[in-house]
Amino acid sequence: MSHLSKKPAVLLLADGTSFQGFAIGAPGTTTGEICFNTGMTGYQEVFTDPSYAGQILIATNTHIGNYGAADSDEESADVQIAGLVVREYADSYSRHLADSSLQEYLERKNLTGLEGVDTRALVRHIRTKGAMNAIISSEELDLDKLSQRLAKVPSMGGLELASRVSTKEPYDIVAHPQNHKVAVLDYGTKRNILRNFTQRGISVRVFPAKTTFSDLMDYKPDGIFLSNGPGDPSAMPYAVDQAKQAQATGLPVFGICLGHQILALANGIPTYKMHNGHRGINHPVKNLITGKSEITSQNHGFGVSPEAIEANLDVVEVTHRNLNDDTIEGLRVKGKPVFSVQYHPEASPGPHDSNYLFDQFAELLETKVLPA
Amino acid sequence: MPKDTSIKSVLIIGSGPIIIGQACEFDYSGTQAARSLKEEGVRVGLINSNPATIMTDPLTADSIYLKPLTVESIDEILTIEKYDAVLATMGGQTALNLAIEAGKIGLWDKHNVRLIGVDLEAIDLAENRDLFRKHMENIGLKCAPAQIANSFLEGMEAAQDIGFPVVIRPSYTLGGYGGGFCHTAEEYPELLRRGLEASPTHEVLIDKAVFGWKEFELELLRDSANNVVIICTVENFDPMGIHTGDSITVAPAMTLSDKAYQDMRNQAIIAMRAMGNFAGGCNIQFSQNPETEEFIVIEINPRVSRSSALASKATGYPIAKIAAKLALGYNLDELKNQITKTTSAYFEPSLDYVIVKIPRWNFSKFPGADLNLGLQMKSVGEVMGIGRTFQEALQKACQSLEDGRAGLGADNKPFVQIDDVLSRLETAQDDRLFRIKDAMNLGIPVTTIHKLTKIDNWFLNQIKEMVDTENELSKLKVIANVDHARMLELKRMGYSDLQLAYILNAEEEEVKAHRESLGIRRTYKTVDTCAAEFESHTNYLYSTFDTENESISTDKKKVVILGSGPNRIGQGIEFDYCCVHGVMAAKEAGYETIMVNCNPETVSTDFDIADKLYFEPVFWEHLEAILDHEKPEGVIVQLGGQTALKLAEKLEQKGVKIIGTSFDSMDLAEDRGRFSDRLKALEIPYPPYGVADDVNEAVRVANEVGYPVLVRPSYVLGGQRMRIVINDHDLERHVLSIYKHMPDNKVLIDHFLDRAKEAEIDAICDGDDVHVMGIMEHIEPAGIHSGDSSAVLPAYSLTVEELATMTEYTHRLAKDLKIKGLINIQFAIKEGKVYVIEANPRASRTTPFIAKAYQEPYLKHATHVMLGHKKLKDIRFDPQPQGYAIKVPVFSFNKFPNVDKQLGPEMKSTGEEIRFVKDLTDPFFRKLHSERSMYLTR
Repeated sequence: MSHLSKKPAVLLLADGTSFQGFAIGAPGTTTGEICFNTGMTGYQEVFTDPSYAGQILIATNTHIGNYGAADSDEESADVQIAGLVVREYADSYSRHLADSSLQEYLERKNLTGLEGVDTRALVRHIRTKGAMNAIISSEELDLDKLSQRLAKVPSMGGLELASRVSTKEPYDIVAHPQNHKVAVLDYGTKRNILRNFTQRGISVRVFPAKTTFSDLMDYKPDGIFLSNGPGDPSAMPYAVDQAKQAQATGLPVFGICLGHQILALANGIPTYKMHNGHRGINHPVKNLITGKSEITSQNHGFGVSPEAIEANLDVVEVTHRNLNDDTIEGLRVKGKPVFSVQYHPEASPGPHDSNYLFDQFAELLETKVLPA
Repeated sequence: MPKDTSIKSVLIIGSGPIIIGQACEFDYSGTQAARSLKEEGVRVGLINSNPATIMTDPLTADSIYLKPLTVESIDEILTIEKYDAVLATMGGQTALNLAIEAGKIGLWDKHNVRLIGVDLEAIDLAENRDLFRKHMENIGLKCAPAQIANSFLEGMEAAQDIGFPVVIRPSYTLGGYGGGFCHTAEEYPELLRRGLEASPTHEVLIDKAVFGWKEFELELLRDSANNVVIICTVENFDPMGIHTGDSITVAPAMTLSDKAYQDMRNQAIIAMRAMGNFAGGCNIQFSQNPETEEFIVIEINPRVSRSSALASKATGYPIAKIAAKLALGYNLDELKNQITKTTSAYFEPSLDYVIVKIPRWNFSKFPGADLNLGLQMKSVGEVMGIGRTFQEALQKACQSLEDGRAGLGADNKPFVQIDDVLSRLETAQDDRLFRIKDAMNLGIPVTTIHKLTKIDNWFLNQIKEMVDTENELSKLKVIANVDHARMLELKRMGYSDLQLAYILNAEEEEVKAHRESLGIRRTYKTVDTCAAEFESHTNYLYSTFDTENESISTDKKKVVILGSGPNRIGQGIEFDYCCVHGVMAAKEAGYETIMVNCNPETVSTDFDIADKLYFEPVFWEHLEAILDHEKPEGVIVQLGGQTALKLAEKLEQKGVKIIGTSFDSMDLAEDRGRFSDRLKALEIPYPPYGVADDVNEAVRVANEVGYPVLVRPSYVLGGQRMRIVINDHDLERHVLSIYKHMPDNKVLIDHFLDRAKEAEIDAICDGDDVHVMGIMEHIEPAGIHSGDSSAVLPAYSLTVEELATMTEYTHRLAKDLKIKGLINIQFAIKEGKVYVIEANPRASRTTPFIAKAYQEPYLKHATHVMLGHKKLKDIRFDPQPQGYAIKVPVFSFNKFPNVDKQLGPEMKSTGEEIRFVKDLTDPFFRKLHSERSMYLTR
């Protein structure tokens, strides 16, 4: 009787909808904005992706925890999600390469969650009502009290979270052999992005989000990378400023996800909060330059305004579009070696279809000119 | 690349009769492909010799060719009618082999026809084991160490080099035919010889056996721009060593990390792009070393397969439909997701549920067969269970099997001998899943079970959890002690009320009443390809125990059509054909149609056939929940074979209207005693018979009715355990064996009419009038099961008087039984006297055959009559007889080398084909007929 011996837990949404379940992970109470991810593999990578900071995550995949947890699957040193909601949590796991069960891992990382919830109903609810704040608790089951606590949680719109998850001190990862050096502005970068650089002979220095541009240039980089990360890009004027300066250097600049949004803002294109974002590893994107399509890994709740792009076609060019809803998935700045994508070419989790973008950046470091 | 507009007509090649390894999944794919092409304005022709298929319906294609799948037929068709292209990837290996053969003799060039959706070199690469292995290694993928052998000596050397255990894989064979594992040098020569003989090119690959590795299958789509998407990943519950068609399989993969999965996905894409140039569906199998997570490639099928049908049903993504469009030149990113209608077809489905497929074996039909599972597929059908969790899906799949199980165990059939159980774990047979649970019940630790079975511990622990749950439950003693939380937990684990009743020594009804008093009822979820991320426009549903119910019951006039469950011998594709027609006819009559079935290979479980599809076990608890939710006007049970018919009694008790013939009339026809009394009253002759409860009584009855006698258990399908015996001694032996295998069963003993002719009639009756669809005469004498007989339509040697008598008896009997809908009556004719042997108050195996032979939509008419939508007098029948049509049975004996191939009263054929002959001088007919005397001499 797996569930019957477990403590009850409750999930309450800002609109008053509640779900009863059973406590998983560490006991406690947690708040955040609720979102769902439709990936069927890679739960640990998702939990540790800093872009998920402040989010309560619903896994649509039924079984979570089947293959335990392994340090090699971490995308950062911590579990970044604020809470976890699953239908069926694995009490036993099976994987030779795992280091522990997911339960042991989440307890150690102090993450609170619940299972036994009709996650599909929850997803359908959010799909209709849009993203909203939520609270999970296994210590307080009184909905009124939880509701009072939930009311105090700030909205994700206008929230700056990048500097919270960013590295506090700069650090270097040196590639052998080293062909180039890239300065990484860490708004919450995933480890696999850095791995993708070093695999291509690119050494990186990872800078805190609020680094001054001159500190960054002291590294004498061959290119600048704007990382992924959590929160509302419009609440990050410092980053927009960094992007403007980066672009002005004439050095190759590459942005992923939040970095892509920052780059858009730096070119006068506003961002907006999406109804419920794209989170999963099956999102189709068409590369408008090559005509080829790719299945991408995505995780974003904000997007780049398509209308504003139409009005700024002299400045930027749309390179990628989402095949499902036609949203903007990639941009390049006209006349400059600057490009960005909304999705995650580093995958982890997700398909490796878009790995070529790292090759493209490596080549750009060589040639300094984007291919026509 | 957009659609190639130069293709205005396409000929689709079907897969022919059902054999083990190639079943009705190709009716599903051919039908989807034909509809998909027609949608594009393409004229579609279809060749298939299997009459029991939807694909060969005038509704599906523009021109149907019910001809043998030979190059001669292809040549004949193309000489008469022009086609721009041929699509050979929808009809399994049979269609591909035919396309290759036709290509070799230059038929495609001669008629200026393009092969679309396929690359012959890719086929060759996939089929030629040696080429394939070298090619994979060239592109950087690993295969198991292997050597090719074209002779016995080469084969012996190969094994010597590689070392045992090895796998023998013959090139160019179907369903693993001729292949197998070999553990020792002693058994090797014989197995090697068999493998070489099985291969049409006399070639085998000797592989190093990777026992205990995990096995995965990916279903992919590829377009001509080289875009590749993975539609479904299937994990085999049974590790390497058991043919995937005989393996229990699960989707999505349960035990793969993202790193391992993406590694496999990357390799699949590399392999696919290196397999020539084709656009369409494809399947690739991998094996994974669980310790290092490294993969090796096992095989690639560059066509739609059995697994694609399963993947389509598992994900909701219509693979064959899209594959057909890709063959026309479309790219994936130019097409829409058929389920959401708004998002792109270029994506990878996400599941928020679990599916479990369990194969359905029929070993009892093949006495003497090697029951051990291995590389050669032996199952005849499959079921799929959909649940929100693995346990729920697993139990639902067990409930779908229709072999008397109420779920995974807890239903009165445990094995308790430790040695017996252990040996069954090590050597897999059809019951291994159940023996695993028995082993746990006996206290055998999971680690031991893992050592013996190599099944991943995650799966084993899921079953262990069930065993623990049941032990906890049994401590509660009575059902009233089960509280809401526990009941919800149990139901979420997939337990049927019947299982809970068994554990707590209660009645199913008590459990149900208690459960409902706790407010626990089934809710329904949609299979939507996208885990609810986008809105979907489909009514493809499954049940679970969650909070939200997505199935909205309309107040339209509606009817439920019960499907026929898994294919097995005696009940196959022909009943799916009937169900699909029933659905279409009921729609035409203004009904909302609700299909209930659990066979993933079928057309009836396609998402756009019925208005609503409940992919559920054809099992009372699930059906009752649907009826409670939908409140239909009634249920059609006549079309789904014995499966559906068996539920009639429960429906009657519940007060649900059975559409057409009443339960009482059905029972009258099925109950031997009542039926014979009726025949007597109607003055219709029948062979003397009797019923016995024990051996002594059986001997008495046999002497009373007179030898030879036909002995059989009551209530069985396809003549199971039916024998003809001629003396007391044989009778005793056979009756004892029936009681041993089927205790609590009565034995029926009929006087056997030796050397009689056999014939059958299919008819429609509306209660007042009777319409005889056709009279079929069997070439084989009485004593051979009708399903194994060659039936000739119309009768060819019966006298006018005999035919008139049969017709008259049909009228008399159908009216007396108050049949509303279909009836099939079997006759024996001896010395001018006509006897009725049995009557089936439902669609029969031959109904589709007659419909095809006469090109008349009889099932539509019958459904309209059943529903009361039309009377027979309102229907204008316009059959188009052309010479004689012969239904020829097809067997799969080559899968069971040691089995007695002699035919008798027990059905053994797996499929059938239709042959048309102009007259009785036709050489095909003469040959069949000359074999008749062979039966008479035995």
